[in-house]
Amino acid sequence: MATTVHEPPKIDPRRLPDQGHSGNGGWRNLVPADGGLRVTQEYSPPPSSTAIWVVVFAVTMMFAAFSSALIVRKGSSLDWRTFPLPSVLYFNTLLLLASSITLEVSRRRVATFMGGLKSQVKSPARWLYITLLLGLLFVAGQYVAWSQLRAEGLYLATNPSSSFFYVLTATHALHVLGGLGGLIYVIRKLSKSALRRSQLVATARYWHFMGILWLYLLLLLWMKL
Amino acid sequence: MHDISAHAVEHHAPPTSFIRKHVFSLDHKVIGKQYYALALVAALSGMLLSWFMRIHLGWTNAAIPGLQLLSKTGAPGGVITPEFYLQLMTMHGTIMVFFVLTTAPFAAFGNFFLPIQVGAEDMPFPRFNMMSFWVTFVAFLVLMSSFILGDGPTLGGWTQYAPLNSVGSVAGPGQGLGVVLWMISIALFCVGQLLGALNFITTTLDLRVKGMSMMRLPLTAWAWFITSCMGLTAFAVLMPACILVILDHVAGTSFFVPSYSVINDQLQPHSGGSTLLWQHLFWFFGHPEVYIAIVPGIGIVSHVLITNMRKPMLSQRVLIYCMGALAVLSYMVYGHHMFVSGMNPVSALAFSFPTLVITIPATIVVLIWTFSLYGSKLRINSASLFALGFISMFVSGGVSGFFLAQPSIDIMLHATYFVVGHFHMVMGVAAMFGIFSATYFWFPKMTGRMMNESLGRVHFWLSFVGAYCIFMPFHYLGMAGNIRRYSSFPDDFLQPLLPVHKWITVAALITGAAQLIFVYNLIHSRFWGKPAPDNPWEATSLEWSTATPPPFDNFGGKHPVVYHDPYQYGVQSSVGDYVMQTSPEQVKTEHDEK
Repeated sequence: MATTVHEPPKIDPRRLPDQGHSGNGGWRNLVPADGGLRVTQEYSPPPSSTAIWVVVFAVTMMFAAFSSALIVRKGSSLDWRTFPLPSVLYFNTLLLLASSITLEVSRRRVATFMGGLKSQVKSPARWLYITLLLGLLFVAGQYVAWSQLRAEGLYLATNPSSSFFYVLTATHALHVLGGLGGLIYVIRKLSKSALRRSQLVATARYWHFMGILWLYLLLLLWMKL
Repeated sequence: MHDISAHAVEHHAPPTSFIRKHVFSLDHKVIGKQYYALALVAALSGMLLSWFMRIHLGWTNAAIPGLQLLSKTGAPGGVITPEFYLQLMTMHGTIMVFFVLTTAPFAAFGNFFLPIQVGAEDMPFPRFNMMSFWVTFVAFLVLMSSFILGDGPTLGGWTQYAPLNSVGSVAGPGQGLGVVLWMISIALFCVGQLLGALNFITTTLDLRVKGMSMMRLPLTAWAWFITSCMGLTAFAVLMPACILVILDHVAGTSFFVPSYSVINDQLQPHSGGSTLLWQHLFWFFGHPEVYIAIVPGIGIVSHVLITNMRKPMLSQRVLIYCMGALAVLSYMVYGHHMFVSGMNPVSALAFSFPTLVITIPATIVVLIWTFSLYGSKLRINSASLFALGFISMFVSGGVSGFFLAQPSIDIMLHATYFVVGHFHMVMGVAAMFGIFSATYFWFPKMTGRMMNESLGRVHFWLSFVGAYCIFMPFHYLGMAGNIRRYSSFPDDFLQPLLPVHKWITVAALITGAAQLIFVYNLIHSRFWGKPAPDNPWEATSLEWSTATPPPFDNFGGKHPVVYHDPYQYGVQSSVGDYVMQTSPEQVKTEHDEK
């Protein structure tokens, strides 16, 4: 039968140490039974790093649903009318891509700033403001695109093709506005010297994802509308 | 020791005001209780609606006193009209599936216990967590508001099939504003659950304490983690579908209404929409939703049974893999809801195969339970009884799934009471039994008081026998050709079935009344129950290693360290036949000695 023992346990070296790619506990049984924690890694990614991938996945699923609806709706009907995309969309695309570049620049500058080299970076938030401006210009540009379509008589309910155009671009713009909210949050935290690197990285990942998502949507709209 | 929470959790101080403590609380435990309270109110509402429906099905012209207060036109003099019957049915299904079977086993218990079971002091994003509950609460209010706004709730069923969901009030009472409110409610519900899934996933992956590897997570934590992954995928698809329906209503778009649709002799202005598109989008969510309801139950039942068997399951790892397999396969089988929808027959075959395959992990789970129970000295209490009841319902309801999985048989049984019996047993009652089992098991930890055991057992036996009396005859009705959703049965071939309906109605009234015993036990024990010790069941997981009820930060300012797998029972330790996960004590199991 079972017996209570208090000997130090044998530690399986194959299980130690964990490579530290997950939570505090790691993916494997990494703490020896005597609780000798010094041999285990302390690394744990902050939840915001994981959370942003969760958000990216959920948004991807949402647009996958919209995309499949578009493809099925177009394929199953005879009332689909194509129309040329407003040319301002291409300019908007450039704005969004530029904003990703400026965000990367600002991320490096903020990292340098947070790394202690404050004298080398005078105003770490400057490029964040530029990114914010470019993002706002993108949303304004999308509004211009909607106005142009309205001027041509293409409204939300005019045709399924225009319906999908408005739905997809408006939903994307709402998510971009969410990203702008994230940028404002980061700027505020930075101004209070309370910004965590993980928050900036998560915001940057989301922003780049918005750019990639827009490129996909533009391609979809260009092919299907 | 390395302070994991300092950088992992968004710190929030203990609340001081009433509002912060009990209403807009950031504490995952309070949010879990709020979800439970919401689920309880929803369950009682849904049960009441089912009583109205059952009385009408047994005695078509019976006047139900006071029912006219719910709808003057739908129940003149208390007698239910066919349209109002469909409205009651829709609301019953929606309330139960979304606001009971999703919120209670997943959001309520998961919120309360997941952070504790992984050793965290809270979820990583408490504000999102609070929003998750309140958005869900608003979703419930929006849904229920359809009883008093416009011409009542929608009558389209919880599946809300197109095109009747998109054409407005021409399709019947509640198909205008009622549908819009339903869609807004469900879209809000999706937002709430997505926020919840975000917290559950990050809590599981990032907030585990030292020593808590993934394989040391209790089966409940695994079940909630897998369920949140499913929810993330499913609710993210349902929400856009709801948005498209709302646009069809309010903006005049044509996503789901085909050309030249004539409904109630009126040509519809929409054109070119696809009715099958809605079904695809809906069931891509809808079938995983079944598993969102049942997988937490699988985790709970395993957790409760292991504790009461005083030995681990035959294979914890296989149970985890099976839950994962159920989750993955649940996305590949959704087309079995659409065998008679006009879908390509080849597609039906393609969906039939994984539907049969998904029974393999489900069967393995049941076999592991059964063979683990074999020879064990199970401690019989309310929690373990309901866990056994879960297995019974899961098997009895699951067996009829074999028939429905085959398109040739499903053509005959589709939209009959056979299907109603199947899903009520396998996901409805089974999941409810999981909720009951979890309640009796965790109530002491949640409230600091024990529930009355005798009342719990009476509640179990009445519910267990009652559920079989209600739902087994459904299968016979279905095989006899009794179509679902009819409010009365004037056809000659259905007349002989009326006594069966009357029997079911009586059983439903008695079984429903038995649930009031549970509600009484819950409320009475909450205030006057026997004070609970910290670990009344001699269990091993982390929730039992902290105070009862747990303090604000769960472990009183300490960070537990985990030394053992979650279910070290059947050993000799200084405290008995078990060793807790947080105990550094070394034990040898019988397995070691062999």
